[in-house]
Amino acid sequence: MQITKETVEYAANLSRIKLDESETEEMRSQISEIVEYMEILNQINTDDAGPPAHISDLKNVMREDEVSPSYDRSEILKNAPGKNEEYFIVPKAVEQG
Amino acid sequence: MTALETGAAIKSGKITAVSAAEQVLDAAEKGNEKINAYITVCREKALKRAAEVQKKIESGELTSPLAGVPFSVKDNICTKGIRTTCASKMLENFEPVYDATVIKKLEAAGGVVIGKLNMDEFAMGSTSETSYFGPVRNPRNLSRVPGGSSGGAAAAVAGKMAVAALGSDTGGSVRLPASYCGVTGFKPTYGIVSRFGLIAYASSFDQIGPVARDAADCAAIMDIISGKDIMDSTSLDTESPGYLASLTGEVKGMKIGIPRECFISSGLNSEVAEKVMAAAEVLKNAGAETEEISLPFLRYAVPAYYIIASAEASSNLSRYEGVKYGYRSENFSSLSELYSSSRSGGFGKEVKKRILLGTFVLSGGYYDRYYLKAQGVRAKIKKNFDEIFSRYDLILCPSAPDTAPESGRSLDDPLKMYLSDIFTVSANLAGLPAISFPCGNDSSGMPVGVQIIGKAMDDVKVLNAAHAYQKLTDFHKNFAEVK
Amino acid sequence: MKWETVIGLEAHVELSTKTKIFCSCSTEFGGAPNTHCCPVCTGMPGTLPVLNKKVLEYAVRAGLALNCSINEYNRFDRKNYFYPDLPKAYQISQLYLPFAQNGFVDIKTKSGARRRIRIHEIHMEEDAGKLIHFAKDNSTCMDYNRCGIPLLEIVTEPDFRTAEEVTAFLGKIKSVFEYLGISDCKMEEGSMRADVNLSVRSEGASEFGTRTEMKNISSFRAIERAIAYEAKRQTEVIENGGTIIQETRRWDDVKCQSMSMRSKGNAQDYRYFPEPDIPPVVISKEEIQHYNDICPEFAGERAERFIREMKLSEEDAEIISASKNLADIFEETVKICEAPAEVRFWFMSGVLYYMNETNTDACDIKLKPEKFAEFINIVQSGKITRISGKQVFEKLLSCDDFDIMTFIKENQLEQVEDTGLVEETVRSVISANPKAVSQYKNGETKILGFFVGQVMKKLKGKADPAIVNKAVAEGLDRTNSNRENAK
Repeated sequence: MQITKETVEYAANLSRIKLDESETEEMRSQISEIVEYMEILNQINTDDAGPPAHISDLKNVMREDEVSPSYDRSEILKNAPGKNEEYFIVPKAVEQG
Repeated sequence: MTALETGAAIKSGKITAVSAAEQVLDAAEKGNEKINAYITVCREKALKRAAEVQKKIESGELTSPLAGVPFSVKDNICTKGIRTTCASKMLENFEPVYDATVIKKLEAAGGVVIGKLNMDEFAMGSTSETSYFGPVRNPRNLSRVPGGSSGGAAAAVAGKMAVAALGSDTGGSVRLPASYCGVTGFKPTYGIVSRFGLIAYASSFDQIGPVARDAADCAAIMDIISGKDIMDSTSLDTESPGYLASLTGEVKGMKIGIPRECFISSGLNSEVAEKVMAAAEVLKNAGAETEEISLPFLRYAVPAYYIIASAEASSNLSRYEGVKYGYRSENFSSLSELYSSSRSGGFGKEVKKRILLGTFVLSGGYYDRYYLKAQGVRAKIKKNFDEIFSRYDLILCPSAPDTAPESGRSLDDPLKMYLSDIFTVSANLAGLPAISFPCGNDSSGMPVGVQIIGKAMDDVKVLNAAHAYQKLTDFHKNFAEVK
Repeated sequence: MKWETVIGLEAHVELSTKTKIFCSCSTEFGGAPNTHCCPVCTGMPGTLPVLNKKVLEYAVRAGLALNCSINEYNRFDRKNYFYPDLPKAYQISQLYLPFAQNGFVDIKTKSGARRRIRIHEIHMEEDAGKLIHFAKDNSTCMDYNRCGIPLLEIVTEPDFRTAEEVTAFLGKIKSVFEYLGISDCKMEEGSMRADVNLSVRSEGASEFGTRTEMKNISSFRAIERAIAYEAKRQTEVIENGGTIIQETRRWDDVKCQSMSMRSKGNAQDYRYFPEPDIPPVVISKEEIQHYNDICPEFAGERAERFIREMKLSEEDAEIISASKNLADIFEETVKICEAPAEVRFWFMSGVLYYMNETNTDACDIKLKPEKFAEFINIVQSGKITRISGKQVFEKLLSCDDFDIMTFIKENQLEQVEDTGLVEETVRSVISANPKAVSQYKNGETKILGFFVGQVMKKLKGKADPAIVNKAVAEGLDRTNSNRENAK
């Protein structure tokens, strides 16, 4: 399947990646090539596969409801590029759902 | 010296943890100009720690066979207070506030972390050329790539700039560079080693594994880093078999399957085929039974892997948006621009490509066609392996279709690069243990790697087969001198 | 044309576990910003989620109480979107395999109407952080304390027709969850939130109209206002020949209007996929049976018991039993003082009045039954009147650590037992109001109440109203006969 420019732009927008014209075209052609190659999967019948299983056979891995001390706020904020003493800070966020 | 030899020398007092660390630090700093295997070398921290460890060894508090041994760690494993970059501009100055579980375990056993190893950005690549900190060179031949993504780990061990290293393997990232650099790299069964603190690329594939001079070192490291971790829900709750202690070097009666598809695949270097078959012969002469088998799903492994891995990566890497940590672009006037400028400026091309690919295969209308399909194929591949392992103990095949390619060639042809993973990704798709170790050189002097894959939880069997081979051969003792 | 409103709800309820859903940080409300955080809940690189056992238990119990079928095989999914309140840029939720489906809740509205509301599904997920917007420097601050608090999302079928039904439903959920002890469901503190899906159609139509989704509604009253507004807005749009756009709208309770946030046209593509970091969760039939077995008595049964055993009216019984806390206090108090009627009186006039006045949630009423019973005994013994009792009771509601009798004495609230004083006061009131006396004489016997009130006022409510009543009547009659005699 050939990927269109619009498809690349749609994915770029969803993943918050900015691409200029030439980058978009480069991505489009490379992703097209990969996706085309991926089509060979359609040669295999997977109707009997069921819902995706987890990679391991594990189940019900849970922990007790016991409080551990949280981290110091200074550590939580340590690597933040925008912060004050109490909060992470970004430019005003517009409400969304 | 191997890690075990180093540990023994420290224990017997021939050398100290400090002198061992100093020697590796010197080699690392000197060799790095050419090889670029390290992103960060932490000399002061390492020496201070080595001195502490030495005291504890002398007081008898530390008894691990690897106590005092210098370790190098791939830069996608979190080290508290030591920057952990994933070889990305995005995390150029990121200093974790916690240690990965493997680091905690390593330090508890007396390991000394001496530095953080270069890699493909966010472990995405097969050549270690996508690093923001520049490409890693293959110490066997500086014009060749070391393989990826744990290229720094393999190059450092091969170039004697590290005694042993921790890498990570998502689609072959430990085994491929081990093969290209002529060292031993082991990918454990998914869940045997905790992923807590391993910066995720593709969660259902990622597994930390050792890169070392031989299988015995790998086993000794497994004794330290494996085990159930309550911080990782996917870690397995199984008792350690005692990896090192279980190495008998005996393969008599082992049934080894050799998939014919690996040898008829286009692009397989005939010298590689020849060396790998010779390796099988060595094991056969040692009493193993070898037989040709079929892996009909082999050609579907790479596409299935790239779909699922990219999907998981697109989600795992969404957290890097310039808010809580990492690179924040200065070029924004709104929140959405802050996100897109930071992500576009902080990620390299290969990472962006996989994020876009992953976003695409999960997006409305394509989920069933790509993601679900790939999961279905993954299930089939797993079943195929189950069936094979009901009849065979191990599978033996090449680690890669070719020896290390020239630098700068693969990145423009993504498909070719992806296909270099063809023999390694299957083990990740099915969560199986697999090892790559050297079995000779091609005519240009580049090492050839052979791979052994085992059933889930048969990690010891896999390590033992490699150990048996290494007891009978010397290929793993050939080391590059970095001049 | 007559219009019908069709409403479906997505209610989010925070579970009251001690720790977050995927890490061991405290869930306590009101901590200093970013102090209930760790690398896991702030989405630091390399971290992984580990499910809290208690969340699953609470979820299953909630599902059973809301008559859902519980799925045996469960997985979590990732919901991917960028927003600063979501540090991983994905929310761990359940899309493909929600743990509970096909339930229902029977409700009774204030006006007495009964309805069955069907529940489409319930799923577990993690809460997001809190954002504080500053207009001054055009910035947003993030507090991640709330990140990872366990949530249940209850999705109903579009079965509501009125706002009254919606609030009755939420009230019922609140009651059930309080009885289960799994959530306090406080809308004001954000531990219960609701998104309202609303459409209108001409009455009797079988097709649904285009719906809008309203977010950010943070109180029962706001829900009523939001529904009224949106139904009216949609009706007007249609009546004026317009069409409703399927969109998400934000409810602004201060301005009392809903505003478009974004239309579903550029709806988010959440790219859900199974969460690889969490293995499946399997709920066995035995566990389900066990949780069914330990299911507590809920409000309905309790109300019936109160009617039967305490002779409460249906209305009073329902009000008191709706909150487990209130019902517990009631039942315990009655057990000690054995005076259900008197306890009921103080509940309906005192406790409910106090909750309304001070905007206190029923689960925050901290009335000690022992203390309450002691108070009831004091009132019943006639040491104080109900009128002066009010003062004592108010004190009792706000503080439980004081000696009731000392308080009564210090504030001189004891009942006036001196009949001489009462009679004297009656006399002075009668002589001060000759006009009222003549009204009384002319047959306006209702004026008697006025005299009683005046006397009680002078005695600061401390006299027994029965005695005062009697004294006033006698006093007035005496005036009458005196005058007659004078003639």
